[in-house]
Amino acid sequence: MAPTSLSVNGRTVAVTVDDPDTPLLYVLRNELGLHGPRFGCGLGQCGACTVLVDEAAVRSCVTPLSAVTGKVVTLEGLGSDANPHPIQEAFIAEQAVQCGYCINGMIMQSAALLKRNARPTEQQVKAELANNLCRCGTHLRIVRAVMRAAGS
Amino acid sequence: MNRMIDRRSLLQATGALVVTFSLTPSGAEAQSASAAKTVSPDRVDGFLAIGTDGKVTVYSGKVDLGTGVLTALTQIVAEELDVPMSDVAVIQGDTALTPDQGTTSGSFSIQNGGIQLRQAAATARRAILRQASVVLRRDISTLAIRNGVVGAAIGPNLPIGELVTDTMLARDIDKEAPEKAAADYTIVGKPVLRLDIGDKILARFTYMQDFKIPGMLHGRVVRPSGFGATLVSHDTSSIAHIPGIVKVVRIDNFLGIVAETEWSAIRGARQLAVTWSKWDGLPEQDKLWQHVRDTPIVRDDVTSSVGAARAAHAAAPRQLSATYDFAIHTHGSIGPSCAVASFADGKLTCWTASQAVHDLRRQLAAMVAVSDADVRCIYVEGAGCYGRNGHEDAAADATLLARAVGKPVRVQWMRSDEHGWDPKGPPTLLDMRAGIDPDGNVAAWESELFVPDGAAGYVTLVGAGLAGLDSLGKLNPGGVLNDLAIPYDFPNLTTTAHRLETTPLKPAWIRSPGRLQNTFANESFIDEIADHIGADPLEFRLRYLADARGKELLERLARLSKWRERPKPDRNADIVTGHGLAYVKYELVRTYVGAVAEVAVNRKTGELAVKRFHVAHDCGQIINPDGLRNQIEGCIVQTVSRTIKEQVTFDRSMVTSLDWASYPILTFLEVPDVVIDLIDKPNEAPWGGGEPACAVVPAAIGNAVFEATGVRLRSVPFTPAKVSAALRAA
Repeated sequence: MAPTSLSVNGRTVAVTVDDPDTPLLYVLRNELGLHGPRFGCGLGQCGACTVLVDEAAVRSCVTPLSAVTGKVVTLEGLGSDANPHPIQEAFIAEQAVQCGYCINGMIMQSAALLKRNARPTEQQVKAELANNLCRCGTHLRIVRAVMRAAGS
Repeated sequence: MNRMIDRRSLLQATGALVVTFSLTPSGAEAQSASAAKTVSPDRVDGFLAIGTDGKVTVYSGKVDLGTGVLTALTQIVAEELDVPMSDVAVIQGDTALTPDQGTTSGSFSIQNGGIQLRQAAATARRAILRQASVVLRRDISTLAIRNGVVGAAIGPNLPIGELVTDTMLARDIDKEAPEKAAADYTIVGKPVLRLDIGDKILARFTYMQDFKIPGMLHGRVVRPSGFGATLVSHDTSSIAHIPGIVKVVRIDNFLGIVAETEWSAIRGARQLAVTWSKWDGLPEQDKLWQHVRDTPIVRDDVTSSVGAARAAHAAAPRQLSATYDFAIHTHGSIGPSCAVASFADGKLTCWTASQAVHDLRRQLAAMVAVSDADVRCIYVEGAGCYGRNGHEDAAADATLLARAVGKPVRVQWMRSDEHGWDPKGPPTLLDMRAGIDPDGNVAAWESELFVPDGAAGYVTLVGAGLAGLDSLGKLNPGGVLNDLAIPYDFPNLTTTAHRLETTPLKPAWIRSPGRLQNTFANESFIDEIADHIGADPLEFRLRYLADARGKELLERLARLSKWRERPKPDRNADIVTGHGLAYVKYELVRTYVGAVAEVAVNRKTGELAVKRFHVAHDCGQIINPDGLRNQIEGCIVQTVSRTIKEQVTFDRSMVTSLDWASYPILTFLEVPDVVIDLIDKPNEAPWGGGEPACAVVPAAIGNAVFEATGVRLRSVPFTPAKVSAALRAA
C-alpha cells in the first residue's frame, strides 16, 4: 500500500497502513508513538482520543486515516516541556487530574474552544465538554483549569 | 518517558543497595536468586533501599490507582526519613520487588500501607542515627536528620548516603521505633503537587495502555453471545483477507485473535465468523428483585445485635418498614482493561494495572499450571480503577494468547468487553424495620440485607473460565457486609445479612462496596424515622449519636451547609429544591463523613438536578489536603452519577448496556458544586479518603428529594421515570 502523507504536530510524515479505514487513533499511537490520544470507547462517545484537525476537536477513534486532510495536533504538539500550552499550565496549577486518562480529551477539546472563544463563560466550558467523559469525577477542577487558562 | 524506566535508571545510576531490574522479560527473568530482594512486609529492606548518594527507593505493594496516593506515600517516607521528596522514588506493585500488602482497595492505602512505610522509615531512621552516633562520636540524643544530612545542631555532619551500609536496612521493622511528632512535620500535611500530574498533562506518562515491549503482538478476544454460551464453530478463513493475522486461538470457549497490528486484531475479532450456542440463563431484568428474593440463602451473617429487636418491634405501638434496592453497576473506567504478557520457557511475566499483583500472580500460575515462582506480575498504572475491574481478566487473556503464539501479546479490551464482562457491583436489596415507643423514641431497628455470599478474595478470571481452566476464583463480591451495622444507639437492634447462593452477573467490589448500598438504606431510613416522629434530620441523628467525634463533625457540617437556616421548600413549585443530610462512620471504626445535598426536583419531568454538596470529612491525620480534596470531590461526583443515572441492563443472555449511550454517566452540565470542610487531626492515625465520602451520597440526595416533595426514593438509580412514578403515586 502506498504511504499516506500526514501533517502531525507541524511535521509531515508518511505512514503506511494495510487498511485506509484504519482510525487515525491507531496511526498516531502505534505508528507514530504519540500516546496523548487514548483509546476509550472506539465509538466517539467519550472523548479520550480527541485531537485537533485544523484547530477543530476531532474524535480520532472514529476518523479513518483516509479522511484526514488537515493539520493534526496531538497533546504532544500542543505545547512543549519548556513551553507548555496555557491550558496545560492551568491543569497543573489546578491539579485537575485524578487518573488523567481522559485529560488528553479535556485539554484538546478546551483548546479548540479557546481558539473559537478566548473568553468563554463557565457554562460555555461545561457545554463544550459535555461529550467528554470523566469517570473519576475531576470535572470541577477541569472547569476551573479551563477558566484559569481563559483568563491568562 | 517511562516513569518506571526512569526509576530503574535512577537505581542503576545511584548504585542503590538493590538488585537492578528491567522491564523487558529477559531482564525480569535474569534476576538471579542470590540477588533476590526480600519482599517481606516485616522487614525494612522489604520496603526501603537507600543508595550511597542518599537516594531512597520505596517498594510499595499498595499502588496508585489514579488517586495520587503515590505522592502521599512519598510524603510519608520523606517526612519520616527527613529527606527531600525529590530524593525518594517509589516502585509499586511488582511481585519480584514489593511486599504483598494486600489488595489496593477499601481506602486502606494510607491507613495500612502508609503506616507500614512510616514504621519502616522510622526503623531505618533510628538505624541511621545509631550508625551516625558511632561514626560521628556523638550521643544519639543530640543527632537528627535534616534534609538528608545527619548531625548535631553544631559540629560535624554526614549525608545519610555515607552512613548506610549493606546490612543496615536488613532488619525487622520495629513498630516501636520512635516516629516523628506531628508538630515537627514539614512535608506531611502539606498540599504538595502530585508527582504524576505534570507528566500526565504533558503527554510524558506511560499508562498501561501505552506500555509495550519488543516483539509484542496485539490480541483481541471474541466473547460468547451469552455468559453461558458455548462455542459451536468458528471459521478462520472468514478473516483470511485481513493482513497480519498471526493466529486464531481457541481453548474450549475461549476465543482470541493475535495479529501483528492492533487494527488487524480488532478487525479480526469483529469479522471472525463464529457461532455460539443459545444461552438464556439470566433472569428477566424486570423481575430482578423478585429473583434476588427467591435466590437460595446459604447462611445468615448477623453483623450487630443489641437487646431483642424482633420482640421490641412487635411490641412497639408505631411501626415503620421500607425496602430499598440498589442497581447493578459497572466500573466504567474510561480506559478499557489492558495487559501485556510474555510467556517463554515456562516463565510468565505479566504487566497490568491490577489492584493485587500478588493475588494475580497466584491466579495466573494456577491457570497455566506453573509454580508461583515462575510468574512475575508488575503493576503499570492504567485508567482510574475503582475496584476489581477487568485488568486481571485482560491479564489472563494476554497470558493465554501469549502462550499460544510463543510471543509477547498485548490485549486491550474493547468498550463492549469492558461494559459486558467486567465484574459488576451486585444487585443489593435491604428490608428495614423500626419500632417507635409511645414517647416517640426508637425502640427497635432491624435490617435484612440480601447480598451474594463471599468476601474480597479471588474472582474467577473470565478467560480462564471460558477456557475451562482453574483460576482459584469463587463468588466474591467484596466486603459487602460493612456498614450494615449502624452508628446510632438504639436499645434494640439487629442487622442481618442473608448471603445468597448466586447473583445474576459475576460480582466484585466497586468503590465503597456494600458500604454504599447499606449506608443508602440506613441513612434514608433514619430520615424516614425522623420525619415520622417530627424531628429534624440533624437533631435526630445528634440525639442518638454518642460518638463525640461524630457529633463534632455533624455540627461542623451544619455550620458549613447552614443546615439550620436552610429555606423551606415550596412544594407547589414546578421545580422545587430540598436539602438532605447523611452521615457515616466508615465501617464504624474509621473515617467520618457527613454530607448535605441540595437537589432541585422537576416535578413535571421527574428530573433531578443535584446542585451542591456540602461535605464535612474527618479521616484523622491528613497527609496531603489537596490530594484528599481531589478524592472527596471524585467520590461525590462519581456517586452522584451512580445514584441518579447508572444501572447495568441485560436480557436473558447478556449485558445490553455495552457502551456509554446505553450506560450513561454524569456529564459536565450535571455536576454539582462540592464544598468541603476538611477536619484535620494531625495527632490521630491517618485514615482513608478514597471511598468513605461515596457512602453518604445516595441517601443525602434521596433525603433532599423527600424534603422537596414529600416523596421517598428507595430505588437507585433515581431516574426521571422512577421519580415521576413516585410523585404520581404520592
